[in-house]
Amino acid sequence: MVYEAVIRELGGLYDRTWDSFGMLVLELRAENLFALVSRLRDEFGFRLFLDVTAIDYPQRSPRFDVVYHFYSRDHNRRIRLKVPVPEDRPEVASLVSLYGSARFMEREAHEMYGIEFTGNADLRPILLYEGFVGHPLRKDYPMEMEQPIVTYRK
Amino acid sequence: MEHPPPIRSFLDKTADPDNVVINIGPSHPATHGTIQIVAELDGETVKRADVHCGYLHRGFEKESENQTYHKVIPYTDRLNYCSALNNNFVYAEAVEKLLGITITPRCRVLRTLLCEYNRIADHITCVAASVMEMGGMTAFLYMMTVRDYIFEHLNHLTGARLTYSYVRIGGLARDLPDGWLARLEEILQFAERYLERIHGMLDRNRIFIDRTRNVAKMTTEHALYWGFTGPTLRSTGLAMDLRKDAPYLAYPELDFEVPVGINGDNYDRYYVRMREVDESISMVRQCVRMLPGGPVSVDDPRVTLPEKERVYTEIEALITHFKLIMEGIRVPAGEVYVAHEAPNGELGFYLVSDGSARPYKLHVRSPSFVHMGGMHTLLEGYQVADVVPTFGSMNMVGGECDR
Repeated sequence: MVYEAVIRELGGLYDRTWDSFGMLVLELRAENLFALVSRLRDEFGFRLFLDVTAIDYPQRSPRFDVVYHFYSRDHNRRIRLKVPVPEDRPEVASLVSLYGSARFMEREAHEMYGIEFTGNADLRPILLYEGFVGHPLRKDYPMEMEQPIVTYRK
Repeated sequence: MEHPPPIRSFLDKTADPDNVVINIGPSHPATHGTIQIVAELDGETVKRADVHCGYLHRGFEKESENQTYHKVIPYTDRLNYCSALNNNFVYAEAVEKLLGITITPRCRVLRTLLCEYNRIADHITCVAASVMEMGGMTAFLYMMTVRDYIFEHLNHLTGARLTYSYVRIGGLARDLPDGWLARLEEILQFAERYLERIHGMLDRNRIFIDRTRNVAKMTTEHALYWGFTGPTLRSTGLAMDLRKDAPYLAYPELDFEVPVGINGDNYDRYYVRMREVDESISMVRQCVRMLPGGPVSVDDPRVTLPEKERVYTEIEALITHFKLIMEGIRVPAGEVYVAHEAPNGELGFYLVSDGSARPYKLHVRSPSFVHMGGMHTLLEGYQVADVVPTFGSMNMVGGECDR
């Protein structure tokens, strides 16, 4: 079972682990992310980068959880990584050098939550537009706020 | 009036002055969706491409954080509007997992049946549109006929042609109407006849092969690196299909194959889709045969609305109805990632609940968005005229890509 091997061999690189509906979850610090993901990819076959997003907990410190999902075809298993990052320094290492698919998804998480992916040179807006102010998926971004790029006709 | 450009392409600064930078889209008849491609051309060859999406962004994730669980269902319809039922079912399963609900046997098979039925419509739409863009109007009209029969038929069941909102947490909105299954078999036979004509027209058609063979070719390694899933990945020869690998709904009981391609080019993507339609038709028939009786929704007052007749006659049922509509379902705190094999690839819903009646966070892992992230690698090095067929073969759906 690949989960036990991951828990055993990647010891030191993560802080906490639990099971979420049959999926292994690892919680780790931002500085260990790149090393852990490289080993997951090379030694455990997690070659498909599924997803990256973030969760905003305004009352909590550190405020954000950056959440990654990976899939290993060899073992037919998924894994979730959670990286808590503080509001004043929301930085994690970019995974673009390991997975091409990280490029667009990191751009999305960057504009939606303001997470900085160090190493991703192309963090232009992707779903939003140039000049958009704020990060709409943060909980303190009001629902009713409008930023039309073209002024509304009267 | 002057408006600032909504995008900033890196080609504005870095393009070779001898080359031409052109802009395709976002509103272009051949992109059948709103997507913008800024391409650097050397003669007719695309040197570099910069793909931009987001023109259909409507804040799905933000919106769902402010709606009750049932009210999110119509939003999920609008993700991939060619196969809205597939989206519905992934979302419902994510919520049901958190609630710990097991759906009824009839609902399980019906959902499987409808997943496959909608997959037929989605694949047919994709092939039809990309053939039409290459000038094959006959194939397009044949397939649109089949598609419209399917949509009319689903309309009979759900009340809408495209945006069905047919799922409910813990079941389905209503059971099948009389005669629905008989008409289903008629449509399947009709579809088979028409698909045979499509095969006859395209499979060995010199023009079609010249346009699609060895265009936008890729290896399995490349596809995995760029996160491609679904028919796009399978066209490279890797039989990765969630219906087999992580069986959900009634798939473990169905007998089906996972068609794969060899070259990973546009022709293989066309052929994989056509073969998947064949498999889907067979799966729909198997589902009809094994469809059990019984209710379509679980008998759980936490999620299921009481029957209308009881609502009008009993005070308890009226109160349950009122509370479910006004307050919504309370979902236990937790997080879950549920993925199904949607027609385009792995469609995942990552749902975080804090125990209230609204999702704390709902993230969609949409295959189209990920596919657009690697799209430029399939455009670069080919001709401008190949942009459109390649694009069609990837089946980008704007609603799902931009959310």
